[in-house]
Amino acid sequence: MATGSALPVLEARAITKVYRMGEVDVHALRGVDAKLLPGELVVLVGASGSGKSTLLNILGGLDSPTEGRVFYRDQELTRADSWELTRYRREHVGFVFQFYNLIPSLTARENVALVTDIAERPLDPADALDLVGLGERLDHFPAQMSGGEQQRVAIARAIAKQPEVLLCDEPTGALDYQTGVLVLEVIERVNAELGTTTAIITHNAPIAAMADRTVTLQDGRVVEERANPHRALARSIRW
Amino acid sequence: MVSTLDRKLLRDLVRLKGQVITIALVVAAGIAAFVAMKGNFVSLERARDAYYERSRFGEVFAHLERAPEAVRADLEGIAGVSRVDTRIVEAAMIPLATISEPIRAQLVSLPPGGRSALGELHLVEGRMVEPGRNDEAVVLKSFAQAHGLRPGAELPVVVNGVWRRLRVVGVVMSPEYVMAIAAGSMTRDPKRFAVVWMDRAPLAAAFEMEGAFNDVVLELQPGASSAEVIESLDRLLTPYGGFGAIPRSKQPSNQVIEGELLQMQSMSTVVPAIFLAVAALLLNVVLSRLVHLQRPDIATLKAVGYRDAQIGLHFLKLVLVIAGLGAALGLAAGIGLGRMLTDLYGQFFEFPTLAFQLDVGATVMALGISFAAAFLGAFGAVRRVMALPPAEAMRPPSPPRYRRSLVDVLRLGRVLGPSVQMIVRELERQPLRAAGSVGAIGASVGLLVVAGWYSEALDTLMYTQFHEVMREDVMVSFAEPRPRRTARELAHLPGVLGAEGLRSVPVRFANGQHVRDGAIHGYEDGSEMRTPRDRFGRAAPLPPDGVVLTELLGTLLDVGIGDQVEVHVREGERPVRRVTVTGFVDESFGLQGHMRAAPLRELLREEAMVSTALLRVDPARGGEVDARLKEMPFVVAVTKRSDVFAQFQEQSAAMIATLTVLITVFAAIITIGVVYNNARIALSLRARDLASLRVLGFHRGEVSAILLGEMAIQVLVALPLGMWFGGVLVHGIASTIDPEQFRLPVILTSRSYGYAATVALVASAVSALLVRRQLDRLDLIGVLKTRE
Repeated sequence: MATGSALPVLEARAITKVYRMGEVDVHALRGVDAKLLPGELVVLVGASGSGKSTLLNILGGLDSPTEGRVFYRDQELTRADSWELTRYRREHVGFVFQFYNLIPSLTARENVALVTDIAERPLDPADALDLVGLGERLDHFPAQMSGGEQQRVAIARAIAKQPEVLLCDEPTGALDYQTGVLVLEVIERVNAELGTTTAIITHNAPIAAMADRTVTLQDGRVVEERANPHRALARSIRW
Repeated sequence: MVSTLDRKLLRDLVRLKGQVITIALVVAAGIAAFVAMKGNFVSLERARDAYYERSRFGEVFAHLERAPEAVRADLEGIAGVSRVDTRIVEAAMIPLATISEPIRAQLVSLPPGGRSALGELHLVEGRMVEPGRNDEAVVLKSFAQAHGLRPGAELPVVVNGVWRRLRVVGVVMSPEYVMAIAAGSMTRDPKRFAVVWMDRAPLAAAFEMEGAFNDVVLELQPGASSAEVIESLDRLLTPYGGFGAIPRSKQPSNQVIEGELLQMQSMSTVVPAIFLAVAALLLNVVLSRLVHLQRPDIATLKAVGYRDAQIGLHFLKLVLVIAGLGAALGLAAGIGLGRMLTDLYGQFFEFPTLAFQLDVGATVMALGISFAAAFLGAFGAVRRVMALPPAEAMRPPSPPRYRRSLVDVLRLGRVLGPSVQMIVRELERQPLRAAGSVGAIGASVGLLVVAGWYSEALDTLMYTQFHEVMREDVMVSFAEPRPRRTARELAHLPGVLGAEGLRSVPVRFANGQHVRDGAIHGYEDGSEMRTPRDRFGRAAPLPPDGVVLTELLGTLLDVGIGDQVEVHVREGERPVRRVTVTGFVDESFGLQGHMRAAPLRELLREEAMVSTALLRVDPARGGEVDARLKEMPFVVAVTKRSDVFAQFQEQSAAMIATLTVLITVFAAIITIGVVYNNARIALSLRARDLASLRVLGFHRGEVSAILLGEMAIQVLVALPLGMWFGGVLVHGIASTIDPEQFRLPVILTSRSYGYAATVALVASAVSALLVRRQLDRLDLIGVLKTRE
């Protein structure tokens, strides 16, 4: 679905991130350039500690780089204050995490409504849950659902605001193979049907097959960037 | 060598400092209230008991017209009497140059040796009167202090209409005047009430009492019944114009002290008990949750081989440090506050030795309760965690199960939105915890209502008394009843705008064995300055005939409208008459009867007489009026309404202010302790949820609203509950005030409730702000990376 020549939705220019862990400085990112183009599905791969989560957090406005600049369209996120970053997340970014991060005291529908209540042009929570195949389990609490179902609720919650960007950090990390594929299919469908620009972090290399583009990180640097003209269907991926 | 576990303990204490401090403060508040109020109570009680015993304070008191000294032998013969003191007690007037109005004085004779066997005087300064010296006197300390009188000072006294110059040789305290209030007066006024002791001979000469006495004090044998002695005494003294003997419990100074102690006893039990109970509840709830949060640590300790007992001890130490900190703070604050309270009482109660003493029993009990509550709270949680195998304890507790709530049943979910749903479900999931918090906040609101009521009730009482009941500027009391025209004559004094006469006569009311001492007031038709009014200031109309009684007096005498009550007049011919009760009036002060002047005259079979004149005075010419009144030998006292009001306010205001500040500070500490700790622990337990919301794009304020909304609901539920509880407390405390002296109205208006609500809300808001600061520092990424 990549539109090729269009301006990037998100762009990181020469970003560096240094964490101070007690007495030592940990260089999580060392001068990374990255782009997300409208509608494309990018997979970020790399070993643990390679810096992929840090990059995703910075792109999602959860963290800021030590050096370098980050742009969302023509807005410079590296100059935004906390209030503006919160607004950015609220209006333009959908997050999916390894551990779902659902609110246990809210049902599936309410977890989604949590976001639609504050979004500008949201989907109906029931429609969003329908899209992830949970139209029947609207009124279940997290404790009453399996891991895969919880992750799909999380995806529904992420897309219900119709974000420009969907950022997924190890979305299948806590799931078995079959459930993992089911979740990937949902992400694939959202990317195809809603045209949401999507970035998936995984340490699971075969998942790269479903991407338009794969970016490989190692030791805080981008070591490889590869376009994939023949996207595989999530259903066909094996690991 | 500090063990690693102890080092962990220290770090935990530092990390949890907010909670450690707020919990320790609640414990401290409970203990301080207990130590201060109980200690103050026992200090006063012990000071009184020691003083009464050392000075041999009398047990039965009687005043009479005049009896020959020979009667003394008869009194000594009464079964149960161990000692008899006879003396002369008379009213006099002191025209001091330094004060415009005349001072009311009580002259008391000293026995020949100069020292009375019963109620021995305590010499503060100077010496006692030398026997045979007609011009020497010792004076009560409060009066001497109020006027700066020291030994050597001159004291002019109008004794039975004759101006005399006495010399002050000593300043004394007396067990009879620990709280020196002039007869018929509502307040203590050391400036305008003096007690002067003189040699008996000059007093006897001045009042024609040679070889006679008019006042008796008795000491009883151990186990003797004062009621029986009083009966015999009254029988013996009636022929000599006895006014009716009273037991020690009705002796004016002692009655006030007893009333104050009784009230203090209930306050010093109820208030600290509530504080301690809340502190105990809070310790229990908060500590158990604190330990619960340490579940992974406990599991790890177990996994690496620590024994259950070691782990248990570790957490008990945590709790004991917190409770110990609170106890030390509470003890120190309690002793400081107690000293302050005792000093405050010392300004009104004249005891030779009054120092704050720790009530050791109560203090040990308060410490015991605090430590036991802390121990139990932690113990339960530690035991629950220790019962789990280490591997299971290391995993996060299984996800909490939520149920559909009332909001779902009522289908309000859509309307209220997910945030409210979260709050409601959280509350419904942990109803006991919520109930505990609501109970604790409610209790502190209840105490605040009591504080608000106290000052409001006194204000109401004072307003009614000084604006509605007493409408005169000056009340002039005569030594003897005088013809009614005296009032008219006073009206013609320059500066006097108007005058009315009032006939008041001391009586004993009786109905069968129900007996009460009081007075009957007779009102001229058309009187304006004084009319009987109820405690809300509403005028009580006087029927053409019969007597209208204070409602409580009617109850005590067990009489209703239409019944006859026996009236033993304590004046003049001392007739005993019967009069029909024609009404009741619900008054704030005293026990009395009200009649129209004409039927009262008929009852007393006398001419138109007045015992008091009420004056309205031109404020610019008050001094002139005072000066003229001072010259009139038949005037014994001049009471200004504004002075009485000021005295009353000064005495009650200090007490009320102290109590209000004390309760307010402590209630605020409790509220902050509950709200802050609950929010803090909820924050720890739900950091992940809240961080998720922040990631989803919720602003800080919106996330705070969810966490603090839960607290807000608890506070809002606690408010009406606390107000109800406050009402219950007020009724309880009001019932311990000796009603025969005065009756505080049990009225609770929006002022008391508003005060309680405001303090609770402000304290909650402060706690919320403290937690909000921590909420703002949520680590968004960290909390999402790990699974709790």
